[in-house]
Amino acid sequence: MKQSGAVGRLATLRLMAQRFAFVSLVVAAVALMILGKADIILIERTRTAVADAVAPILDALSRPATTIAEFSESIRELASLRAENARLKQENLRLQHWQTVARRLDTENSVLHEQLNVVGDPDSAFITARVIGDLGSAFGHSMLLNSGSRDGVRKGQAVLSGEALIGYIAEVGDRSSRLLLLTDISAKIPVVVESSRTRAILSGDNKSRPKLNYVAGSPSISVGDRVVTAASGAAFPPGLPIGVVASVSDGVIRVEPFIHRHELEFVAIVDFGLGGILPFEKPAMPERRRRGADN
Amino acid sequence: MRASLWVRMDTWVRHMVPVGVTFALLLLTAIPTHLPALSGIVPMLPLMGVYYWSIYRPDLLPAWVAFAIGLLYDIIGGTPLGVNALVLLVVQGVAAGQRRFFLGKSFLVAWWAFGLLAAGAAGATWLLVVMLYGRALDASPVIFEYLLTMGLFPLLTWILARTQMAFLKEV
Repeated sequence: MKQSGAVGRLATLRLMAQRFAFVSLVVAAVALMILGKADIILIERTRTAVADAVAPILDALSRPATTIAEFSESIRELASLRAENARLKQENLRLQHWQTVARRLDTENSVLHEQLNVVGDPDSAFITARVIGDLGSAFGHSMLLNSGSRDGVRKGQAVLSGEALIGYIAEVGDRSSRLLLLTDISAKIPVVVESSRTRAILSGDNKSRPKLNYVAGSPSISVGDRVVTAASGAAFPPGLPIGVVASVSDGVIRVEPFIHRHELEFVAIVDFGLGGILPFEKPAMPERRRRGADN
Repeated sequence: MRASLWVRMDTWVRHMVPVGVTFALLLLTAIPTHLPALSGIVPMLPLMGVYYWSIYRPDLLPAWVAFAIGLLYDIIGGTPLGVNALVLLVVQGVAAGQRRFFLGKSFLVAWWAFGLLAAGAAGATWLLVVMLYGRALDASPVIFEYLLTMGLFPLLTWILARTQMAFLKEV
């Protein structure tokens, strides 16, 4: 009887300990949410450190997945080979015409540059990275890449696929980094509508087509206009293609990006020698306060 | 009588299976599929893992493991830190707390209960993310993810049950 009482007490004690652990974990989760909201550097470091640790596993896993995807893709292509061939022939004709035009313009441009002593654009360096982690789009559009600061990736650098801008680097670890796509809810990029030179901010909202906000002046934007990066903010070099205007309705302008997220396998992280978009940078407050105290 | 070292090591490895499987499910969701139809729609596999093990072996998937898997989920997926940690923790708590209700019940009951719990989890995740971003999010991908998760539940439960039979029948 006495023994069973002791066992009972022990069980109650254990149950209480479990309850206490559960409640403290809930509190910890809520605290993490609040701390994460405050952009504390320690949280970001922890995030990138953990991402670094899982990156090699994800890297290894994503390789066979890519092979399978390529295989299914090739079967699909086989089915539409004839139609694709006809389309490509037609496109080739059109592009040959453009090539002639481009050659003429290129020579003309270089002659004009020489006459005007134009300073050339700075050279850019790029790193090719693989997409190793993609956890869906329900709560954010971002991906893990397999290159980090040891490969020269820095926060805010532009990420291109082919010639088109797809996003920028939001977090950098030692050997992994996070690519924030243009469609993510927190992505904002200064852009220009190419034909009318109208300035605007391209802001994502977790849908496949981001919105054009803060359109400058009286907009005369129509469906099919090309949208490219603007020089404002010195984040990206001007003229990187992004997409075309897909719909204009009730003052909401949506842009269809040239590249869709499922197509991304290898991306180029480009260093244009510009500031880039720095999402979490804060002014150095403590230093200023100290200087004020000295005076 | 103390078990020999090998037996203890064997038991220890077998006891790691639920955690390992749930971790593997998390990694599986992170693989880029490159399929246009599934672009950005990912089933909530870790949720299923946590649900299954919380009912059948809550001793091997305690609350802190659910919390840790959730944190990892947040880090790989880029969701605000703590969101999936909280959701998986609560799912573990609810499932482990109600496990007596499930034991011996038919599969359909487990499916139905999972439907309720997963709907709650998806809704809670959505609500937390909206609160943390301070902006309304499109809910349709969440609904698709939920439906895909529900569709995959029988298959995954079968796999998890086979895993449990293979590794944890006696220990």
